[in-house]
Amino acid sequence: MPLGWLFLIVLLIAALGYAAGRRRALAGAGGSLRAMHSLPTAYGWNVAMAVLIPSLLVLAVWSLASPFVLDRTVAPMMAGQDGEIGLLMSDVRRVAEGLDLLGEDPASVSLEGLRERLAGAGVALGQDVSAATLAAAARYKELGARSALLQSVLVLAVALGMGAWAVRRTTPALRARNEVEWGIQGLLIAAALVAIATTIGIVLALIFNTIKFFQLYPASAFFFGTTWSPSFGGGSSLGILPLVWGTLYISLIALLVAVPLGLFSAVYLSEYASPRVRAWAKPMLEVLAGIPSIVYGLFALLTVGPALLAVFGSGGLGWMQGGTAVITAGLVMGIMLIPFVSSLSDDIINAVPQAMRDGSLGLGATQSETIRQVVLPAALPGIAGAILLAASRSIGETMIVVLGAGAAARLSLNPFDAMTTITAKIVSQLTGDQDFTSPEALVAFALGMTLFVVTLGLNILALWIVRRYREQYE
Amino acid sequence: MTDIPLGDAAPAAPRPARSILETDARTRARNRAETRFRAYGLAALLVGLFFLVFLMSSILWNGLGAFTQTRFALDVELLESELDPEGTRDPAVIAKTSTFGYGDLIEAALAKAVAASGIQTDLEPGDLADILSSGAAAQIRDRVTADPSLVGQTVSFDLLASSRVDGYIKGRVTRESLADDKNLSPAHLDIVDALVADGTIARSFNMAFITGADASEKRPEEAGMGVAMVGSLYVMLTVLALALPIGVAASIYLEEFAPKNRFTDFIEVNIANLAAVPSIVYGILGLAVFIQFAELPQSAPLVGGLVLTLLTLPTIIIATRAALKAVPPSIRDAALGVGASRMQAVFHHVLPLAVPGIMTGTIIGMAHALGETAPLLLIGMVGFVASNYPDGALHGFVSPNSAMPAQVYEWAKRADPAFYERAWGGIIVLLVFLLLMNLVAVLVRRRFERRW
Repeated sequence: MPLGWLFLIVLLIAALGYAAGRRRALAGAGGSLRAMHSLPTAYGWNVAMAVLIPSLLVLAVWSLASPFVLDRTVAPMMAGQDGEIGLLMSDVRRVAEGLDLLGEDPASVSLEGLRERLAGAGVALGQDVSAATLAAAARYKELGARSALLQSVLVLAVALGMGAWAVRRTTPALRARNEVEWGIQGLLIAAALVAIATTIGIVLALIFNTIKFFQLYPASAFFFGTTWSPSFGGGSSLGILPLVWGTLYISLIALLVAVPLGLFSAVYLSEYASPRVRAWAKPMLEVLAGIPSIVYGLFALLTVGPALLAVFGSGGLGWMQGGTAVITAGLVMGIMLIPFVSSLSDDIINAVPQAMRDGSLGLGATQSETIRQVVLPAALPGIAGAILLAASRSIGETMIVVLGAGAAARLSLNPFDAMTTITAKIVSQLTGDQDFTSPEALVAFALGMTLFVVTLGLNILALWIVRRYREQYE
Repeated sequence: MTDIPLGDAAPAAPRPARSILETDARTRARNRAETRFRAYGLAALLVGLFFLVFLMSSILWNGLGAFTQTRFALDVELLESELDPEGTRDPAVIAKTSTFGYGDLIEAALAKAVAASGIQTDLEPGDLADILSSGAAAQIRDRVTADPSLVGQTVSFDLLASSRVDGYIKGRVTRESLADDKNLSPAHLDIVDALVADGTIARSFNMAFITGADASEKRPEEAGMGVAMVGSLYVMLTVLALALPIGVAASIYLEEFAPKNRFTDFIEVNIANLAAVPSIVYGILGLAVFIQFAELPQSAPLVGGLVLTLLTLPTIIIATRAALKAVPPSIRDAALGVGASRMQAVFHHVLPLAVPGIMTGTIIGMAHALGETAPLLLIGMVGFVASNYPDGALHGFVSPNSAMPAQVYEWAKRADPAFYERAWGGIIVLLVFLLLMNLVAVLVRRRFERRW
């Protein structure tokens, strides 16, 4: 039975259960609401939830787990074949799926021309179907059908059984509202746990593949290697240092652009600007933060790069070879970060108590002296937090560097050289068809792990500083 | 008396008489510093705003061209002897003629059109065809196979001009830049000039850019955003269907029910940190968990939606919690006071009042997700995949597709500058959607937000 139908049938059972539970409770109380513990709908929901939650849980777990179990059971049949077991199994799955599409019986199907017929049905195979593959596919198909049947039976049995049980125990005295609310609270907690599951998912995905990478490639060569030259034929050197250097250099330039501009804008907006100017200038500046990074990437590649090349390139000063360079990406990323720095600093400057300003102005300081000697020092920890957040943002930024910084990994001090970053290399190693057994693809996970650890560290530090600072003036 | 001996110690030099109406040098210096400081602030702000204006005008300047396209109104004689020698008008027979078979018809028609414009040229008819898109033959063939009765007639077609001609009309390509271009020669441009003068070649609104699919590297003039837009739509539907309920449920728990303990603190710190994890890390998560581990199909908008759901959840949770926090406690107290349970107080009273805030947060979170590119690249939603519309409404979730920003990235990577115009144009489309979403968010906030 297709999953969609199964799902609809479960919903139908739940709806019937709702009606039955509500009616039974009302009948038991002789139609009088005063004799019931909860409102009639609560009894209905109680039954419906008893049906839905366990049966959908079974449905989901079975759907997720059955492919693995099938693979495990069928894999031994292919053990004697030459070739990588993962690839063989994906062929087996494809043949099984193709036989379904062709509507042919695996017991009587001829191997002759099977690959062509499968291709005709839209199933492309890398090699001809061997007898062992066909046998495994037949077994796979048989087991798959059995598993689907078993799943349907089990899910329906759970739905009906839980429904019947819930209806039977429905009496007017049942504390239906409390039970329903427990159920809902459970769902709410489950939703909150998604956030934790995401973190766990990220960490596990990174750790497992990073370990696999370090089994193929020595960790010391990765962390201390100074050349990055992946070649999918093997024998590549995958040293992270040039990428780290490129990342830090671009971030540094971005911060050199964003911090002064953002900070001065924030000071002007919060201390000098009239309410009218502030009312339109602040949202305008924040538009810069709402623009997707792909737009900045294109801007770097097609507008800023050529413009810089015209000044610093061979036609001008002759320092720059191509439009994509550290300075291009850094400049554009700096523009992107201006509103990030300015709105965070603005909040922090506004949180400095007015009494401190009044005190300073009362002693005869000018407004700029007040800002430089009283407000900014008081806001300094918060501003440092904002800058750290901006730095973490710039380290993790991808599209600007992919388009604007170039692809060459090199260790150089010249900001007009093309360099590349961790994020750009993750994209280039993982887009397209990859083979997850080669160090050249797996290195992306090690790069991702490095990126995750560094940005997480910066974020935790920044959030800690900002929070501590907030408490200081509250 | 202990007179202080005056001695010969000279009395302190009398302070110069000074009017408070006159500022001294030191005060003037301080005032100058004040003015300077203020000017720095203003300058920084203006530089920021200048970048915004520069960025926007650069997008419009470069991108608006993508919304018009040069077309060639050509009368093609659909010779029966070429397309349907036996005169059966059977669609199956006509479909047998490949696009190659239409080439001769186009060349003959072109030669005629050039002769009619009265210009002399040394170009062979085969070279003349470079004025047209290499997809022109397919364009004619599609129309003929759809309507076999056209065979034998002379039909007027509005064919796409090649990207070089389009660029020439739009001012991107000049005679000098064609000097070492294999695709088109300055001699072609003389013909184009003449044909523009008699109205055969003209620019018109380019609907195909908005509805079309991505085209091969050779045919920038055919590339469109339509399929990528559909891909983005399915991604956004998935995000809305998952992120909104999960986000709201998580926020309700954390804001209204969660006890203050280590565990909930941990969840909160977790969410705050997830909001700042680089988006590409979510792409790695999607690749490893959804594609490698769960073996969901690559390039599917469903997977893109799942990844972006995880990415937007922190934003939605933070916004929803702020909205719930803004509902005054008196509302909860009143509900509890008349006998509602805590659950009823939240779902019947607090949540409805927080809806405008939640909607605003959700729309902004989704706008953020709509512009996200990097994670989609990792799960295979790259631009060149978007070459066909999905077969059916539900197929859209799983059939390989791209999304708007990934399509723009694909075009930006290609070598032919004609694609750059498409990329800028694609950005205009993307920004229009973002603008609309933000506008809705602002309107919702203005219209429904309550101040207590």
